Amino acid sequence: MDFSQVISNLTKHTSESVWLFQPEIWLCATIVVVLLTRLFGVQRAISPFAVSVAGCAIALGVQISMMRAFPEGFAGPQPGRFEFFDGLLVYDNVTIFFRLFLLVFALLLLVLMRVTGVPDRDASSDVFPLVLGSTLGMCLMASANHLLIVFLGVEMASVPSYALAGMLKGRRRGSEAALKYAVFGAGAAGVMLYGISLLGGVLGTVHLPTMAARLSEISWSTAGGEVVALALGGLMVMVGLAFKLSAVPFHFWCPDVFEGATAEVNAFLSVASKAAALALLVRVAFGVSHLPAGADLAPAAPTATTTAALSVTEASVAWAASEKTIAAETDSGLSPVRSYVSKLIAFVAIITCTFGNLAAYGQTNIKRLLAYSTIAHAGYMMMPVAAAVALVGDPSRHATAVEAIGALLVYAVTYLFMNLGAFAIVAFLRNKLLSEEIADYAGLIRSCPTLVVCFVIVLLSLVGIPPLAGFAGKFVVFVSLAKSQSFLLLVVAALNTAVSLFYYLRVVKVMCIDPEPESRSPVAFSALSPSMWYTVAVTVPVVLLGVLFFYVIDAANAAVRHLL
Amino acid sequence: MSSALVLLSLVVFLPSVGALALAFFPRKSEDASRWFALATTVVTFLLTAWMAIPGDGKSAQFQLGVAEMQNVFNVSWLPSFGVQYYMGVDGISFPLVLLTTFLSVLAMGAAWPIAKHVKGYCILFLLLETGMLGAFVALDFFLFFIFWEVMLLPMYFLIGIWGGPRREYAAIKFFLYTMLGGVCMVVALLALYFNSDVTKLIGKLSPAEWRATHLLDAYDSRIDAAVTGDARTFKAVELMQADIASGAATEHTFNILAMQQLGQKTDAFDAVLLGGKSIQWWAFVLLFIGFVIKVPSVPFHTWLPDAHVEAPTPISMILAGVLLKLGGYGLIRICYPICPDAAHDLAYFVVTIGVVSMIYGAFAALNQKDFKRLVAYSSVSHMGYVVAGLGVWSAAAATGYDADYWKMGMNGAMFQMIAHGISSAGMFFMVGVLYDRVHHRNLNEFGGLFAKMPVYCCLAWVIFLAGVGLPGLCGFIGEACVTLSVWKFSPVLAVVTAFTVILTAGYILWAFQRVYLGAEYKGPHEEALVPSTWRERAIGATLVAAAILFGVLPYQTVFRYMTPSVDKVVADLVAWQRRDDAVAPAAAMAGASTEPEAATPAANAVSANE
Repeated sequence: MDFSQVISNLTKHTSESVWLFQPEIWLCATIVVVLLTRLFGVQRAISPFAVSVAGCAIALGVQISMMRAFPEGFAGPQPGRFEFFDGLLVYDNVTIFFRLFLLVFALLLLVLMRVTGVPDRDASSDVFPLVLGSTLGMCLMASANHLLIVFLGVEMASVPSYALAGMLKGRRRGSEAALKYAVFGAGAAGVMLYGISLLGGVLGTVHLPTMAARLSEISWSTAGGEVVALALGGLMVMVGLAFKLSAVPFHFWCPDVFEGATAEVNAFLSVASKAAALALLVRVAFGVSHLPAGADLAPAAPTATTTAALSVTEASVAWAASEKTIAAETDSGLSPVRSYVSKLIAFVAIITCTFGNLAAYGQTNIKRLLAYSTIAHAGYMMMPVAAAVALVGDPSRHATAVEAIGALLVYAVTYLFMNLGAFAIVAFLRNKLLSEEIADYAGLIRSCPTLVVCFVIVLLSLVGIPPLAGFAGKFVVFVSLAKSQSFLLLVVAALNTAVSLFYYLRVVKVMCIDPEPESRSPVAFSALSPSMWYTVAVTVPVVLLGVLFFYVIDAANAAVRHLL
Repeated sequence: MSSALVLLSLVVFLPSVGALALAFFPRKSEDASRWFALATTVVTFLLTAWMAIPGDGKSAQFQLGVAEMQNVFNVSWLPSFGVQYYMGVDGISFPLVLLTTFLSVLAMGAAWPIAKHVKGYCILFLLLETGMLGAFVALDFFLFFIFWEVMLLPMYFLIGIWGGPRREYAAIKFFLYTMLGGVCMVVALLALYFNSDVTKLIGKLSPAEWRATHLLDAYDSRIDAAVTGDARTFKAVELMQADIASGAATEHTFNILAMQQLGQKTDAFDAVLLGGKSIQWWAFVLLFIGFVIKVPSVPFHTWLPDAHVEAPTPISMILAGVLLKLGGYGLIRICYPICPDAAHDLAYFVVTIGVVSMIYGAFAALNQKDFKRLVAYSSVSHMGYVVAGLGVWSAAAATGYDADYWKMGMNGAMFQMIAHGISSAGMFFMVGVLYDRVHHRNLNEFGGLFAKMPVYCCLAWVIFLAGVGLPGLCGFIGEACVTLSVWKFSPVLAVVTAFTVILTAGYILWAFQRVYLGAEYKGPHEEALVPSTWRERAIGATLVAAAILFGVLPYQTVFRYMTPSVDKVVADLVAWQRRDDAVAPAAAMAGASTEPEAATPAANAVSANE
């Protein structure tokens, strides 16, 4: 390959890649514009809110028009799966799904921030770029195909989050939360980077499909030190993911950060950050445990070359290579990997779910309670991933595995509205009550019935009581667990659902049954205030999705169709 | 078809439409809310009462002598899971639907003394009614589960907000117990769903049985109108098979009637799951726990006394009158027909649970100081008859599969559900009338009420005697049928059952003596003991009339609706038992696979005779 050919390949690939990267580029442009308004002091004239919303909306529109252009995937090595930027990123239906998810959520969050008035007008030109920048990182996480991008995406999503946690300047708790988050995040990132280097060192690549190919060639019975290094590396990468997922035992930051940060930021961390982390978990877990059909990855490349670690160019060799050499026996070489990954995720999921639910019992602060609730929900959402990875090796059960991931996406959609609703209501109540203690919500149903009814709906949906959205999510996850015969996970999830009832219901009880304290000044929301509109607007989907969730199931199944 | 859709949807959702309308009432309009809610329950009751007028099958009125489902409709709801919006009534569910709408009217009438947050109360009460009615008419397991869970929340608030001093404890206890039962049910539901395979029914069902499952309703529109009769059914089966083969439809089903056929006619649920027990064994155990929590039977009954004592009077009436019946209904509709093998294995266990609940509830009631707690334990005792009556699997090869006693037991259990709905609601109402006046329920601090409230006391006397099971009143029929049938099943348990009858008389008469008889009133607030109001008399008299009517004319009022469907459940299960017994020895000898064919005609002949 001579130099000119390299250059022409590069330009061709780059232009293709940039086309696929449009939504992210629009987000970048928006960030720059908002920052420029700050720089030139024109944020009074040009509202950062309007610019940010416009940027998000354009990115969303561009993504939708891209879907129109390629309704049914690509003629790549695998239908519907397209690696770009030389294999660093992957564009498939899952990418599309999460881009839409994240952009819609970012829009809703921007509107929420506008309605609650936190941040104020001056701070918003600082805060909105942070939100958008973090969303950008999350989009990268959702389309990662290479461990370097995994690391990069996690960092791009996390660093703005640290700043967001300390958004309210001069508040001790906020600053403490931000610092704690940053220290924890830095530690987890360091461990993950070390894990990536271990994996790269042993396998000679960190491009996920190539890694899978290398892993499938290892003879597990004879390899000794390699296996230890791989297991350790896998564990360390999992640490980084567990940090983003706030999975036990890397959840310690979560309650403290949630307590210190504002409810709006909590909504962002609990929905967008978690969804992106789950997407990343799916990418990594599926990436290393499955060889994409028809993509024989770099068969001629030297095995076990530690010197060529982290070589990005390998990836481009990878997907130009020949096909059909992957037989079933190569794939079966991955079964130890699958077993390891699946068991690891299942174990973490069980611990996370159970611990989150149990720890939520003792909480007196609504944000801490919801923090533990998000930890528990992360556990539920990891379960189908564990179940799916265990099935990847058996082509006859690929449909079931894919459906399990579809169930995860359904859960994520219901979770978006539930948690956004919960944190939005917490934020509105904070603005009126200046408190986030559950005890201060006593008897609120008397003074603001509509808001409390919405909150009750959202909380019960988080429990998973039919016919609300949370039930739909739980039900499809349970179905996928039953279908993949992960009965232990099913029983744990079912018992946890019953256990979780208690603490959500306690909040309901305080608001609806406890008497109103006499000292409190009346809390009233006018029926036509923006807060009321917003609350109702996010609660209505919680009810509707519970009845009409087959639309979401169809969309989710379409999104994961080409995953295997 | 569509008239059933409209009618049943109206019956189920009219109360919740009313609740929605109430939400827009001004907060202070308490009387308007009460009257509006009452009107909603009355209209719902009138709709079902109209359905109860025996019809000829052309209109939506109930057709007597038909064992199968009537007024059935199904509309696809969640196609990817095969979930349908699928409802219908038969002789088992319809009397319970009528009981629900009837008691809802009375309970709404009994709610007049409630003064706190009247609008909220009415909204939640109407939502509760939708949940109850929906659970009785749902024929899709998923839909049934949704309605089952929908009842929880209104009940939680109704106890938790309008209840007595320990209302929060009682409400959360109720919620947690029922939620646990619900979780057991979900696991069983999924296990059954994923092992259901409607293609296994092909070749096992006659055309009429195919039609009765309503699995093929969706395919009728795709068949040429010229094809009629059995050919049409077979064509529909072919279409279904083709759809399943092509992946356009799923072979799994939530259709309760199809699941019953799968459980009885195929081996779909027979695979070994855990601990050497089959799927249906585990499903039976899980479902049994879920339903028995609701019934409630010992040892899952402890939520009931707390919930009853703390609940306001009308909610106690609904709780005892309707909610407990859902447990019994679940057993007869879901547990037994879907898991016959497990039900047969565990028959003795089930009857024992029922009998232990009877005697335990009776002894516990004897020891109570609180009037309402006594009535609550009497519910545990009386509902024990239901579980025992359902469980007396008396048919056996040795007796020539004589199922008469089982039929008697099951009919008795179903009648007991209706009778207990009347008598326990009545007893709770009577307690509530007193509590509204003197604000205590201590049995030892009453007495001499006959002189102060004569009309009320006469009504209470009849209701309590109905609870005792005096012949001529509604309590007698069910208890007598169940006791007789248990005798055939196990004499030891029958002796215990009969002994319970004596204990029942003991605790109720003793309570009656302490409260109503005697020379003078011994408790506080004597001045508040004013004669009953017209509203209280109307509710009490209605319940008394029903108690007498059901006791004197059990056939005309209940059995003629109920018996064909109940007998069919028994006949189907006995037919299953014959087939099973015919297969088992053959399988033990040589693992012969042709045996089912030989057994089927005989079994069909039997069910045809019956």
